[in-house]
Amino acid sequence: MTEFFQQLINGLSVGSMYALIAIGYTLVYGVLRFINFAHSDVFMVGAFMGMYIGRTSSKSSIGGGLMVMAGAMVICALLGILIERFAYRPLRSRSKLTVLITAIGVSLFLENAGQLIFGPNPQPFPNIFPSHTFQYDQVVLSSKDLVVLVVAIVLMGGLQFLVLKTKIGTAMRAAAFNPQAASLMGININNVISFTFGLGSALAAAGGILWAYKFPKIDPLMGVMPGLTAFVAAVLGGIGNIPGAALGGLVIGIIETFVKGSRWSTWSEAIAFVLLILILLFRPAGLLGTLQPEKV
Amino acid sequence: MLEVKNLTVNYGAICALRGISLEVKQGDIVTLIGANGAGKTTTLRAISGLLRAQGGEVLYEGRNIANLPAHKIVELGLSHVPEGRMIFANLTVLENLMMGAYLQKDRRVIEQELEYVFGTFPRLKERQKQVAGTLSGGEQQMLAIGRALMSKPKFLMLDEPSLGIAPLLVKTIFEKIVEINRQQGISILLVEQNANLALEISRYGYVLETGRIILQDQSSALRQNPQVKSAYLGGV
Ligand SMILES: Nc1ncnc2c1ncn2[C@@H]1O[C@H](COP(=O)(O)OP(=O)(O)O)[C@@H](O)[C@H]1O
Ligand SMILES: [Mg+2]
Repeated sequence: MTEFFQQLINGLSVGSMYALIAIGYTLVYGVLRFINFAHSDVFMVGAFMGMYIGRTSSKSSIGGGLMVMAGAMVICALLGILIERFAYRPLRSRSKLTVLITAIGVSLFLENAGQLIFGPNPQPFPNIFPSHTFQYDQVVLSSKDLVVLVVAIVLMGGLQFLVLKTKIGTAMRAAAFNPQAASLMGININNVISFTFGLGSALAAAGGILWAYKFPKIDPLMGVMPGLTAFVAAVLGGIGNIPGAALGGLVIGIIETFVKGSRWSTWSEAIAFVLLILILLFRPAGLLGTLQPEKV
Repeated sequence: MLEVKNLTVNYGAICALRGISLEVKQGDIVTLIGANGAGKTTTLRAISGLLRAQGGEVLYEGRNIANLPAHKIVELGLSHVPEGRMIFANLTVLENLMMGAYLQKDRRVIEQELEYVFGTFPRLKERQKQVAGTLSGGEQQMLAIGRALMSKPKFLMLDEPSLGIAPLLVKTIFEKIVEINRQQGISILLVEQNANLALEISRYGYVLETGRIILQDQSSALRQNPQVKSAYLGGV
């Protein structure tokens, strides 16, 4: 039982980070109907920004850690907006395949630029939040998992509020449903798209920092596996569906953690792909999604 | 108020509008009738900025708005209720209406408009919390019109408001269109396949056929016109 709870906490903590990344894929898909493969590299850039900002202070505190996150989130929001503006927007009227290939190109560009600028070797990530361990019976809850969970929950709650209760959030949902009708309301679709990229990228940065804080060795290719897994999480939840992405992230995080702790542990990295195949076979709309006919 | 001059629109190699001209005066109801595929929807979409025009001018209050982006055109007080209604089915009725008032910063003005829309379409008030996708066709049309009114337009374009709606509701909706015109002084350009109804409530009409205006006259005269009668009024 103890073992079970321990694994569950680990799974939730990893899963909530997948959830943060998955939301970015799903947000962008919602308004533009394509998968932004460069998203996982924005996650990586977020971690490096967190490392550079975090190094400026030797003391770790909750406030300081949050400042580091905020800084990296702002930088990555801008990066996401720039990527959309200069790589994707000029191709808006082209085929989805063109944009998809461009996204892969942007991803490779960021990975190579990362190796050039940050260096190819793994680097230690500073301990930006104070550490502490809590113990209940045999179950150990490290402050790392606690920070990861609390920050992820607060961010997802904030996002949900933004999307459901604010004017810009409603405009995002309207534009995702029918961009032409949205523009007839006076909504500037380009602004909504920029905002969406900024938002998704900020969440990726938060995910990247939390990831680096939990697994404190970072390198320019660190985004590849979590990015792919989170993409599967978004598909699992129903691509385009925000609560679905969150749920998908948690589910995959938990499954992956339990597999890692079992005698099939060598398969843990393949879990996401096995799941992807199963979803596509049995429930292509995902857990919470409803499959819509392709818009033209 | 609105003057379209020699408007030309192509879809790739297909020429949908071959230089049409029409005019809507302040406070007027003008209708554009024509068979399916004549180019009515294309005309409205080109005016409201959803489509690029290849040639011609769209003068709105004396200013050429051809090829301004759609969101800039709404700002000028020109609102378009598109074909097929295009309500946001994933949003509630109230959220749809609020999107209509997207550019309005003044909360009091929004409240006033909302009250006016609810007064005009009480059904929308009853269903304001409901997800718009669950409304009936007629209610969705009311919502589409209400949403357009929320931007406090001076000029309203309606694309086939009678399409796919129960006859009884069609009558109500057309009465409301007249009421909006009379009470708010909003000029209206109405596109319809239901020529009977459209000519009944409008003052002036244009007949569009494969991208050309082939006839134009007072609506009362068009209703008596033998050519219009046989082609669009079912020979009545
Ligand atoms: N998106 C499009 N692509 C190509 N041709 C189109 C498109 N939309 C309309 N058309 C063509 O343009 C012509 C006018 O269409 P439309 O304006 O929708 O007519 P109406 O509204 O009078 O029924 C038709 O021949 C139609 O087939
Ligand atoms: Mg039409």
